[in-house]
Amino acid sequence: MLDLSKRKEMLGAMLKVRAFEEKLNELYQNKVMFGSPHSYRGQEAIAVGVCSALVPKDLIASYHRGTGHLVAKGADLYRLLCECIGRLDGYSKGRGGKMHMGDLSFGFLGNTGTVGATVPFATGAALAAKIRGSREVAVSFMGDGAMNQGVVHEAMNFAGLWKLPVIYVIENNLYAMTVSLEKSVAVKHLAERAAGYGFEGKVIDGNDVELVYHETLKAADKARGGEGATLLECLTYRWDGHFGGDPGTGYRAREEIDRWKERCPIRRFKEKLIAEGNLSEAEFEKISGSVYAELEEVSAKAQASPLPPKEVEIESVFAEPELDSANLRASPSGRGQ
Amino acid sequence: MFDKTMEAVALSGTVKEMRIQEALRETLRYEMARDQRVFVMGEDVALFGGAYGVTRGLLQEFGAERVRDTPISEAALVGLAVGAAINGMRPVVEIQFCDLLPLCMDQLVTHAARYHYMTGGRISVPIVIRNKFGTRPGGGPSHSSCNHGAFIPFPGLKIIVPATPADAKGLLLSAIRDPNPVLCFESHHLYGVKGPVPDGDYTVPIGLASVRREGKDLTIVTCGGMVLKVDEAAERLKEKGIAAEIIDLRSLAPLDKETILKSVAKTKRAIIVDEGPIVGGLTAELAATIQENLFSDLKAPVIRVGAAFIPPPHSGPLVEAMVPNVERIETSALRLVGGK
Repeated sequence: MLDLSKRKEMLGAMLKVRAFEEKLNELYQNKVMFGSPHSYRGQEAIAVGVCSALVPKDLIASYHRGTGHLVAKGADLYRLLCECIGRLDGYSKGRGGKMHMGDLSFGFLGNTGTVGATVPFATGAALAAKIRGSREVAVSFMGDGAMNQGVVHEAMNFAGLWKLPVIYVIENNLYAMTVSLEKSVAVKHLAERAAGYGFEGKVIDGNDVELVYHETLKAADKARGGEGATLLECLTYRWDGHFGGDPGTGYRAREEIDRWKERCPIRRFKEKLIAEGNLSEAEFEKISGSVYAELEEVSAKAQASPLPPKEVEIESVFAEPELDSANLRASPSGRGQ
Repeated sequence: MFDKTMEAVALSGTVKEMRIQEALRETLRYEMARDQRVFVMGEDVALFGGAYGVTRGLLQEFGAERVRDTPISEAALVGLAVGAAINGMRPVVEIQFCDLLPLCMDQLVTHAARYHYMTGGRISVPIVIRNKFGTRPGGGPSHSSCNHGAFIPFPGLKIIVPATPADAKGLLLSAIRDPNPVLCFESHHLYGVKGPVPDGDYTVPIGLASVRREGKDLTIVTCGGMVLKVDEAAERLKEKGIAAEIIDLRSLAPLDKETILKSVAKTKRAIIVDEGPIVGGLTAELAATIQENLFSDLKAPVIRVGAAFIPPPHSGPLVEAMVPNVERIETSALRLVGGK
C-alpha cells in the first residue's frame, strides 16, 4: 500500500492534469491558443499513475494527446502553457506547439505529430541505457490508433529481441480520432500483440490510478532488472472530442460518454480515499482549489508573455556542437563521458 | 592536384594508401575507440561486416553491444537511433541501399531533422545514416537509385557525398561528431577507388566543396561517382585545349555556394553533372543558384547533365542510356565553349 502523502500527491497531480486541459480548452475557445487542443480529460489516471512510478531520470516519449504526460512528469506549467499558446517563453520558443516539444531536464524525450512516431524514440533511449549499463527506464505513451502503424511494431520487435528497458503504455480510449477500435483491429485486446514480440502484455483498468501505478512499478523493476519490455494496455475513455473543434458526439453515443464519465478517475480515487477515512470533502476542495488557482495564475502570466519576434532564424535549424554538450549535461542520468 | 583535401593531407604527416571502404572502416574504428558513445547498427553490419564490407572486423574489436546486427526494419532503425542519440549516444546506422531511405522518410525528415528547431534548441539528434547509392547494371529499380538530391529540401539534415578516400574519412569523422542528423551517401562506383588517407584526427568540414581541378574555361560541378566521368571528360577537353575546373561538392547540405559561385564567376560557364534525376533536386538547385547570382556574367546558359527521368533499370544498355557518360559531358562542354 502506498503511503498516504504519495496518494494525495497523485490525487493533486490528476487534478492538475485536468485543470490544465480545461484551461487549454478555455484558451482555445477564447482564441488565445493557436491550433487545437487534444483533450486528455478522462485519462488522467494513466499519466499520473505511470509518471508517479518513475524516478526523475526515467524518460518518457509522448504523442498528440501529450500535455497530461508532461504535467504529470513535472513540466514547468508556465513554459508548457506558453508553448501551447505560441509564446517565446514556451519550451520550444513557440516553434513546436503542444505537439512538438522535448526537454531532458524532466526526462521528456519529445512528442511529435505522426501517430506512433515517437515509439521508436523511447525504444532507442532504452537501447542507449542498455548499451551504457545505466538504469533509466523509457516509457512510450501511445494511443490505440498507434498500434496500427508499422514503425510501432518494428520498434516493439527490437525491444523484445534486445530485452530493452522500455514500457509501452497504450491509452486505449476506444477511438482513433473518430474511428472505433472495433473497426480498426481484429483482435479483442491490443495487449495480445505483445506475445508476438516476446514480452508480457497486460490489459488493465486505466481509470484506476493506483493500479496503473503498481503495474508501472512492476514493469519498471523488471526493466531495470534486465528482463526487458512490458506492454500495458490501459482501458480508458476521452471525455471530449479528438480535437478542439470536435464535439465528440457524432460518432459516439451519449450514453457511452455518460457511462464513462461515471468512471471518472479523479472522482473514483477521491471517493475511495474518503471511504477509507483518509480524506475529507473539505480537504479535497482545498487541494482542488489550490490547483485551479495555480492554473489561473500561470495562465495570466503566460497570456502576458511575449510572442516570438517575426523572424526566420535559419541558423537555429542546426545544432551547434556546444548545444550538443548541453544536451548531455541535461541528460537525466548525468552521464557526461 | 589542387584539391583542398590533398593540401591538408600534405600538411598532416603520415598518409596511408587505402580504398574508400577501408577509409570509412578506419574512421568508424578510430572514433569508436575514442568515444564510447559511438555505436554501429544496421542490417548485416556485425557478423557479415556490412553489405559492402565497411564494418568488417568491428564486431570482433568492439563487441556485440556496440556493433549490432538488426532485423530488417529500416524505419525503426532510424527511430531507435534518434532515441539513443537524444539519450546521449552517437549512433551510426547503415541502410544498405539509398533506395530504402524512403522507408525511413517520416522518422528522418519529419522528426529527426526538425527536432532541434522544433524543441527550441533543447534537443539535438546526433545520428549518422550511411548508405550506398549509384546506378549500375543489375541493381534495378529498387537497389540502384541516386536519391541524394531528394533530401536537400529538408531543413535540419546534413548530407555528405565523399568521392575520395581522404574525404570519406574526413567527412565521416565530422559527421559522427556533428550534433545533427547527417546522411552519408557512399557511391557504389567509388568503393574500390584507392587514394591517400591521413592518419589520426583528420576531419573535413561539412559544407565545404573542393576544387578537384583548376581551369579557366568552364566549371563542372559534380559529386559522388560522377567525379570519375567528369575527370575523364576533363582530360579529353584538355587535349582539345579546353581547361575545365572541377568542383566536387562533397556536401549537399549545407551547400557550398561560395566555392561554386567563385569558380563560375571566374570561368563564366557552368555544367552541373549529377547521377541523380535531372528533374528537380540537385541540378535544378545549382543551376538556379548560379543564374540567380551570376546571370549577367554568364557567357552561356548553365547546362545540366543528369540521369534520364526514368526509374533505374536492370539491363546494362538501359543503365548506360540513363546515366550521364563521358561523351555527354564532353559534348555539353564543347557546346558550352563553342563561342569561345
